[in-house]
Amino acid sequence: MFHIYCPYCEELREEEEFHPKGQAHIARPEEPDACSDEEWGDYLFFRDNPRGIHHEMWLHAVGCRKFFNITRNTVSYEILETYRMGEQPTVGAEHLAREEKTASVQAAEGGQQTVGASDAALASVKGAQA
Amino acid sequence: MSNSVHVYDARADHATVTAESPLAYSFQRSGMPAPGEEGRAVVSERAFLGHLILRGGAIVLDEALREVLGIGLPGRPNSLTVDADGQRSVQWLSPDEWLLIVPGDEIFGLETRLRAHLGGSHVAIVDVSAGQTLIELSGEAAHEVLMKSTVYDVDPHAFTVGKGVTTLFAKTNVILRRPDEARWELIVRRSFADYVYRWLLDAGEEYGIGVARESRHEPQ
Repeated sequence: MFHIYCPYCEELREEEEFHPKGQAHIARPEEPDACSDEEWGDYLFFRDNPRGIHHEMWLHAVGCRKFFNITRNTVSYEILETYRMGEQPTVGAEHLAREEKTASVQAAEGGQQTVGASDAALASVKGAQA
Repeated sequence: MSNSVHVYDARADHATVTAESPLAYSFQRSGMPAPGEEGRAVVSERAFLGHLILRGGAIVLDEALREVLGIGLPGRPNSLTVDADGQRSVQWLSPDEWLLIVPGDEIFGLETRLRAHLGGSHVAIVDVSAGQTLIELSGEAAHEVLMKSTVYDVDPHAFTVGKGVTTLFAKTNVILRRPDEARWELIVRRSFADYVYRWLLDAGEEYGIGVARESRHEPQ
């Protein structure tokens, strides 16, 4: 039971209304006939499976029935932003790096030397959510 | 382009052929409990309305609709425009899709005039009257029946008059809207109408739900 912001309906809607539809921002090769098998295979079959920030397409299936994009942290499941098709994300991988840096600084202030520890970044993301 | 579209009056023979509403079977099979004095919710079906799906650019459709029907498209997502006597309405369904509902005998003329006005514009108009039906829910506990049935926030303060959304209702989807203070409207696929009707009877039992048969919109 959580809510997702639909950029077309312009409001938060129940998660049950949405379907995930895989990785976003995959550009179809402009000249499919001129592609190597490897390029075409990459386009058709191979998807990123990152630990951290992932840009995904979602469908507001029971609602406006439009596709839109979600930037999601695959570790904490936190949704960082939603934006319309054709738009570019404002949150990227550097978001996590920044979180991590902040987390290490805070840890250092607390007297513990945990510079660069990604567990600390993780904890801070979880802390922000709670 | 629009010249190749065949528009025909699906109700031309309504004077001679008796039609049955999508809920006719359910009324017989599941019964129609009469609205009692203690009842706090009332269901009724408003069958045989004209439902039209408009798709295309907001500006061109808005202009045509104002010219032909006198009401414009709702400007905001999830909103509803109702005309002065409450018989005709347009609802936002998605950024390029609207649902227009008018009395059943007006639909053919309206579609014809809209098409004539739009000319070759890049729009799609589909008459979906036969595919869906409108179920009306009223009474002081109407929103409580809905709260048991849908994931959307139907608190009367949050779901204000003039709002309309497509959302989940029980295990199907429904277009839910609030044309005025007293009434909620559910637009459902006709094949799901029986399911929704029986769900409403069951969910509304504790509020003494009753069924009012409305005849003013049925054909002669």
